[in-house]
Amino acid sequence: MVARRFAGRHRNRSASRVLALVLTTMLVTGCRGSVLDPAGPVADGERLILMDALGIMLVIVVPTILTTLWFAWWFRASNGAALYRPTWVYSDKLEVVVWCIPALTVLFLGGLAWTGSHKLDPMRPLQSRGSPLEVQVVSLDWKWLFIYPNQHVAVVNRLMLPVGRPVHFRLTSSSVMNVFFVPRLGGEIYTMNGMVTELNLQADRTGKYPGLSAQFSGDGFAGMSFDTEVTSGSSFDQFIEQARAAPAKLDDTTYKSLARPSEGDPVQLFSNVSDGLFENIASRRLPPGEGPTSTGRPYGSTAGED
Amino acid sequence: MSMVSSFSPVDPNRIGHDNRVAAAEAEVSGRGAGGPAPKYIVVSYGFWIFLLSDIVMFSTFFAAFQVLAGQSPEMAPRFDLNDVAIETGCLLVSSFLCGVAALCARRRNLMTTEFFLLLTGLFGAGFLLLELKEFSSLVAQHMGPADGAYYSGFFALVGCHGLHVTVGLLWLGTMMAQIWAKGFRLDILRRLVCFSLFWHALDIVWVGIFSFVYLMRFAP
Amino acid sequence: MFGRLTWQAIPWSEPVPLIAAGVVGLFLLAVISWVFVKGYAPYLWREWITSVDHKRIGVMYCLLALVMLLRGFSDAAMMRSQQALAFHGPGYLPPDHYDQIFSAHGTIMIFFVAMPFVIGLMNFVVPLQLGVRDVAFPTLNSVSFWLAASGALLVNVSLVVGEFARTGWLPYPPLSELQYSPGVGVDYYLWSLQISGAGTLLSGVNLVTTILKMRAPGLSYTRMPVFCWTALASNLLIVAAFPILTAVTAMLLLDRYLGFHFFTNELGGNPMMFVNLIWAWGHPEVYILILPAFGVFSEVIATFSRKPLFGYRSMVAATMAICVLSFMVWLHHFFTMGAGADVNGFFGIMTMIIAVPTGVKVYNWLFTMYGGKVHFSTPMLWSIGFMVTFVIGGMTGVLMAIPPADFVLHNSLFLIAHFHNVIIGGVLFGAFAGYTYWFPKAFGFQLDERWGKCAFWLWFLGFYTAFMPLYVLGLLGMTRRMQHFDRPEWYPWVLVAGAGAVLITLGICAQVIQLAVSIRNRALLADLTGDPWDGRTLEWATASPPPAFNFAVLPNVTGEEPYWGMKERARALAHLLTTEPSYEAISVPRNSPTGVVTAFFGVFLGFAMIWRIYWLAGLGFVGIYAAFVVFAWRDRSEEEISAAEVARLDRSNRMMRSSVLAEEAS
Repeated sequence: MVARRFAGRHRNRSASRVLALVLTTMLVTGCRGSVLDPAGPVADGERLILMDALGIMLVIVVPTILTTLWFAWWFRASNGAALYRPTWVYSDKLEVVVWCIPALTVLFLGGLAWTGSHKLDPMRPLQSRGSPLEVQVVSLDWKWLFIYPNQHVAVVNRLMLPVGRPVHFRLTSSSVMNVFFVPRLGGEIYTMNGMVTELNLQADRTGKYPGLSAQFSGDGFAGMSFDTEVTSGSSFDQFIEQARAAPAKLDDTTYKSLARPSEGDPVQLFSNVSDGLFENIASRRLPPGEGPTSTGRPYGSTAGED
Repeated sequence: MSMVSSFSPVDPNRIGHDNRVAAAEAEVSGRGAGGPAPKYIVVSYGFWIFLLSDIVMFSTFFAAFQVLAGQSPEMAPRFDLNDVAIETGCLLVSSFLCGVAALCARRRNLMTTEFFLLLTGLFGAGFLLLELKEFSSLVAQHMGPADGAYYSGFFALVGCHGLHVTVGLLWLGTMMAQIWAKGFRLDILRRLVCFSLFWHALDIVWVGIFSFVYLMRFAP
Repeated sequence: MFGRLTWQAIPWSEPVPLIAAGVVGLFLLAVISWVFVKGYAPYLWREWITSVDHKRIGVMYCLLALVMLLRGFSDAAMMRSQQALAFHGPGYLPPDHYDQIFSAHGTIMIFFVAMPFVIGLMNFVVPLQLGVRDVAFPTLNSVSFWLAASGALLVNVSLVVGEFARTGWLPYPPLSELQYSPGVGVDYYLWSLQISGAGTLLSGVNLVTTILKMRAPGLSYTRMPVFCWTALASNLLIVAAFPILTAVTAMLLLDRYLGFHFFTNELGGNPMMFVNLIWAWGHPEVYILILPAFGVFSEVIATFSRKPLFGYRSMVAATMAICVLSFMVWLHHFFTMGAGADVNGFFGIMTMIIAVPTGVKVYNWLFTMYGGKVHFSTPMLWSIGFMVTFVIGGMTGVLMAIPPADFVLHNSLFLIAHFHNVIIGGVLFGAFAGYTYWFPKAFGFQLDERWGKCAFWLWFLGFYTAFMPLYVLGLLGMTRRMQHFDRPEWYPWVLVAGAGAVLITLGICAQVIQLAVSIRNRALLADLTGDPWDGRTLEWATASPPPAFNFAVLPNVTGEEPYWGMKERARALAHLLTTEPSYEAISVPRNSPTGVVTAFFGVFLGFAMIWRIYWLAGLGFVGIYAAFVVFAWRDRSEEEISAAEVARLDRSNRMMRSSVLAEEAS
């Protein structure tokens, strides 16, 4: 009998070991590329707040759920052991507790929200010894344009960044609203035509991180993904040289053709970006992209795609 | 009587009860607890609630106008304040005459009620005509609603008010026909009260409009 | 002559919508033919279509909601299956279809499932709980319902004639402007909302007036059931928020039709203003949905715990606090628009403050069960399921209310999981609990308990299977509304979510079977006394279904829990009901086709405006005005039910109740 008991326990132990392994694998592989796996200080700060707040709230929520299930079970009609108190409808002490628990939690979290909003404000520049890298972002239909104004180069659908250096983004849209988002670097921000939004990020680890648009912008929206490549300083300089040697130039004409709706655009490098191109786009001196009317889609019908 | 309170759950704050004798507790207490209100109160109250919702809608147009006008102040036209003054006068007189008509209706005098309702309508129509004149002149100066956001906000706000006045005139005509055909029946009188409330409310909204849209830009 | 309407508007070359429309069309034809052949048409017209009785209208609202739930859920199933198939591939739904489907899904679920469901329950229950005969404006009530039905009809017509919006359920400009959405899709959306929104606003006015001005003698505010308080708060929100929607929809329509520049990119338009205004409506809207659900749970939990609701006063205070606070949080829907730390921080804190009264309510329900005798009936299962699920959804909401957290979660599937968590776990569970709880009152027989419980468990498990993976996906960086994707780490979770959708489908099937089985077994499941659950509020004092006049004599309320007090007295006084009252003739409002006729012309108006057929639109407007004038011109607005008839109806219920009470005692 003892042997059988031991055998059973041994089986249980190895089963739970396997389960633990599976779950850990799911979690670890699952965490890769995620918001919970930050590659920069902004994402790190945001994850910290997320986890802290989650922890604080679980302290309230888990007991509440368990108590709900417990009360429902214990006070079931068939349980004669439970005391039936049909006229118990009010309690001073409970009122105080019941209002105070959420209020105190909210007070604490509110403080977190206020300080967090300020510390992680996208417009707040990050601490650095040197000057930040300036990148200008334009969301088009349905691709991303990244301009390096001080280097006079631009790239479509790939963002190259040097590791460890703060980046100051200025963003706008050529037509409809989009949201610039690189999950592992944190900090989403809207892009809107005629307006400039700001974002400060930094990447502390080299690697390739996926980026996307997080605001639905039309039929080609799902294809608005781009890679963010974070490399060493020297590799970044090499990339700039490569871009400077690119045959394509980015001026008003090329921009206008870029602004026409297209999907699945390959990575393209531009040299000789005209000065003030971004400001022209943001101030609408260059008119907004035309949208589907320029593709000649028949009006009022669901006829097929381009 | 003590049986009544022994079946009520215990609430130390005794909400809904007096602190007097249990017998008295069995009696009606609390505001509005005397049963459903009479129909004329219910109808006017409901119409007031509707008017409040209408004012929320106007507020939205006001807010949009303020935002768009604030963004593009250079678009602001030179308004002819004389016309605005006459429009305001028309509307105010119209409201006053509507009040007189209501008094006549209270006295069940058909001819005077119809007469003053007609005058109410005429002055209201006068307001509309002047407004349409202003709109067409703005459009002719390329300050129409499709020419800029300021004008869009203006035309929508003032136009919304004008549309309400138009619908009000339609309603007025219908009421005049009803009173003529059926006399001062109770339900027709209730509708007349609602119409008066509507008409006066439009006046109040107009006060807001001429203050914020026409006059404020001249404030220091 | 026909504006922009051409034969090309029908999707001849697309099998999916064509077949779907064909199937639905055939089904409708079958139902309508059956109605006419069996001779039910005059009955339907007289008793339901032209009815101004709040009970009939409430039932029709709930029926509309349930039918539209099928449509909205089909859209969801298509979305889940598309995403399950579209990993490194195009799936089976091209982008322009997929975009219409997710837009239709959201629009239908919010406007034509959740809203009609809660409005229907409030319509049915509130006058009964207040001890009065009907709402303040019965014909207006009918108009409101039929306008909502018109909106639903227009949205469904877009499946076959033209297209639906491809902007998401809230059409952010500039995408929704004519330049970037030149088709009729956004117009379908806008007109459908304008028409049904007008109906909702009128319904709000109606119920606010009813609750504030029409209650039984002795029913002071502090004796009102909590469901009436939540109905009051919800309808006050409707009155205050829906005009904003009307105005914003009008502004976008003006932009699209008359070239205005409210939200365009050029000439001074401001798309951000749309986002602000639409969410100034949008946030109160979700509280309009959830507050009546909270009310349902308050009733159900108290009834099935055999105890009065705990903490009545703080429940009322919490409800009215939520009502007011819901207007102060709208910016949390776009923290990432760059409003700055101070503004973001303020709205983040305000959003959290709303969690306080909500938490208080949860604890009050908890302590209602404490010391009670809990019966696990189907409505109670939905309630307990809600308490567990909603708390999780609320927690993730407060998480996203912290701006920096939102900066990585905005518009991700985490957000989708959160709001489905609170809407399904809150509004839908509440609607199903209310549906099961008040079904016997409406129809005179209960719903089958076994299938009800089965449906609950399938929905519960299905919900968690479908939406918990979405939380993970949001944290993995997946955003919403993606027609295809290629990140391998997302794929397993998408599949699990798809499996959850299958479970929910089974849950819906269980509910359909439940209804069919209950109708078949209605004699066995009959509710003879009108009080099948041993209820505590006044609606259980009437027969099931109640007569047209609800109460033969308006009840005289003398304490909290008016009906419970009456019953306890009856039980103590050796089960004698109070002596028979002296019956008088009762005037009830006459039925009127105004509602259905107004809506009929409303559909023409909407359809004509969408396709720019202006002469037809004018005709529609004239028709609506004519219907209004015909209604105003009628001489008789009420019908009298004779004292003898009142007596007969009331006596049969009283006899049934006495015999049951006698049985109970013996």
